[in-house]
Amino acid sequence: MSQPETTCLVVDDSAVIRKVARRIIEEIGYAVSEAEDGDAALELCAKAMPDFILLDWNMPNKDGYAFLQELRRTEAGRHPKVVFCTTENDVGAIARALRAGADEYIMKPFDRDILTAKLEQVGLPQRVSA
Amino acid sequence: MTELDFEFLRGYLKQRSGLALTVEKRYLVESRLGPVCRRFAAQSLHHLIATLRAPHGRDLERAVVEAMTTNETFFFRDRIPFDLFRDVVLPEVLARNAARRRLRIWCAAASTGQEPYSLAMLLQEAAPRLAGWQVDIVATDISTEVLEKAKLGLYSQFEVQRGLPVQWLLKYFTQQGDQWQIAASLRAMVEFRQLNLLQGFESLGAFDVIFCRNVLIYFDAPTKSEILARFGTSLAPGGALLLGAAETVIGLTDRLMPNPTHRGLYGHALARPPAALRAAAG
Repeated sequence: MSQPETTCLVVDDSAVIRKVARRIIEEIGYAVSEAEDGDAALELCAKAMPDFILLDWNMPNKDGYAFLQELRRTEAGRHPKVVFCTTENDVGAIARALRAGADEYIMKPFDRDILTAKLEQVGLPQRVSA
Repeated sequence: MTELDFEFLRGYLKQRSGLALTVEKRYLVESRLGPVCRRFAAQSLHHLIATLRAPHGRDLERAVVEAMTTNETFFFRDRIPFDLFRDVVLPEVLARNAARRRLRIWCAAASTGQEPYSLAMLLQEAAPRLAGWQVDIVATDISTEVLEKAKLGLYSQFEVQRGLPVQWLLKYFTQQGDQWQIAASLRAMVEFRQLNLLQGFESLGAFDVIFCRNVLIYFDAPTKSEILARFGTSLAPGGALLLGAAETVIGLTDRLMPNPTHRGLYGHALARPPAALRAAAG
């Protein structure tokens, strides 16, 4: 019997970032879905909760912070791991994101090594050898 | 660079650092020694190597060896050795050394400091169990340049992103512009010293734990054997050696053996080490 597929949701208003993240995460060995803002991401989560979310912080409509607060209120114990992703490295912003329920933080631009390391840190080891 | 130049450089590096420069790594020479050429005003690699052939100063020797040494590292690199240290090695040492309350750790290829500082953070997390203990972390590297960076404990965003949990970034680092500096209390836990593993390291004393990861892979078999045998002498009775995932003691020394349960962990092959070792650990 095959294992249930581990799924990652990439939430970012930049199609380029989504494409780069998708490629890396699929290479690591996980299935990827995409959302361009917090509202679209919440809809996807309501249908099928992912195991991991790579979350942009600054987005139109519903931003990363608002999405994360709502996700943690409604996730009902399923607790997907959330790595928030921003162009800033301000201590206050990082601490605020952690308080809102983020598990890890990554600064843009990221590469395969960094994203792989962060996924491992939140418990998603690489499935496909590099 | 001619064939003769490359062969000379191979011999030069082997003799001075133990580095085994294979033909497959020839491509590295140009990229790494280019900046050394500029620094020492050599017109080309050929001219630089001609200078190396003649009597020359220690500055040039050090610059060439440092440039050809690989310094890639990051916090909690490979994770498993650090889990082993925290969950297996540290509890054993705490029990074994309970009477004298002393713990000595050696990072034998500390590079820019991420490995010794990772250990310092783990020890800080275990601080209640180490109350009243004298803890020494000795961190050595062949390169003075990387050691200077290590002492500062100042890292780029890229460097702290690789392997360091964000909670520990906030807990143990302060932001300095675009960089992050590790806390002074952690910097004070580590003593950085320049050391070439080919030369004697007995003066460092005996250690309960030796980390020497991803270094031996650059040496040929006789050099690996020699260094491992000397690690056997430097390791206190019952002590632990941690090597990189692609490294082993098997077939290289009979003084050390793999831990039967934990991959990557090694200890003395003798059930009871000779009196000389027990005295050295004193």
